[in-house]
Amino acid sequence: MRDVIRIVINGQPATAEDNISVQTLVDDLARPKGPCAVERNGQLVPWTERSTTAVQDGDQIEVVTLVGGG
Amino acid sequence: MSTTLTDTPTIAPLQIGEHTLHSRLVVGTGKYDSYETMQQALACSECDVVTVAVRRERLMDDQGRSLLDFLDLDRYTILPNTAGCFDAADAVRVARLGRDLLEQLGNPGASWVKLEVLGDRTTLLPDPVGTLEACRELVADGMTVLCYASDDPIMAVRLRDAGAASVMPAGSPIGSGRGIANPEAIVIIRDLLKDPAHGGDPDFPLIVDAGVGAPSDVTLAMELGVDGVLLNTGIASAADPIAMATAMRAACHAGYLGFRSGRIEKKLYATASSPWTGRITPH
Repeated sequence: MRDVIRIVINGQPATAEDNISVQTLVDDLARPKGPCAVERNGQLVPWTERSTTAVQDGDQIEVVTLVGGG
Repeated sequence: MSTTLTDTPTIAPLQIGEHTLHSRLVVGTGKYDSYETMQQALACSECDVVTVAVRRERLMDDQGRSLLDFLDLDRYTILPNTAGCFDAADAVRVARLGRDLLEQLGNPGASWVKLEVLGDRTTLLPDPVGTLEACRELVADGMTVLCYASDDPIMAVRLRDAGAASVMPAGSPIGSGRGIANPEAIVIIRDLLKDPAHGGDPDFPLIVDAGVGAPSDVTLAMELGVDGVLLNTGIASAADPIAMATAMRAACHAGYLGFRSGRIEKKLYATASSPWTGRITPH
């Protein structure tokens, strides 16, 4: 069984399997369908690199999308 | 330039960086009562660029609908903003997130950003220092940067010199509906940015962003010689957003043609339109 890591997603504490990719993390989130963009510790994880970027213990993850705005 | 009866004056496309706009109105997607109303209002405005914001995803079981379900991405170029950012670093982060999102969608809006670095929550006026800093960084990153700015002419020049693809002075504070509070400042900005006599480039795009409440505000801005108007609240928060969007489109068209038609000079006294000669009442 894989170790569990503690992370923060959009300001909320969460847990994840150690060394999962950012893409897997995002795929497993309960969120509305549609595109998102992801930051890991304040740095953009380009959508083309999510599958090759691992989530680490203590990571601060931001998952954002587009909303109405002026 | 005069026109014949068979020539209908049209609105020329507006070039901003690599983007060609066929409408001079850029319309926001916030504050509508429903996505359906937004969709119809955008259609009636006949805009081809719409602004959006970047925000945290709602992480919950949610069958709710998303903004993108109601935007035809083949029709609209999305202009992501950095609204809500109060320093340059955050604005740069948000701009890059917006680009990443639009790249996934294959929308041409991935290459540009409406840069907002705000000074405070009460006025929502731009922080000029932060805006300049973020503009430089995003231009260096290859982005086409449209800068929300105050109506300070010197700041407008500084932003242009920093590589902004467009400078977008506020007519008045965001969402205030006060229209063009300082028309003279907008004219000076226009001259400095667009008049070759002042070192300007006639093709440099100048857009009034924010403060529009009524169609006449759009017309006035266009009559001052700006290239376009960006608005959101004036349509979205109107009692009838769809009718207001239609009115804003007509107002933009009127102001655009009005500026190019050479208005008469204002005079203190009257000038008769009918001839004095030939009257049957010679008093």
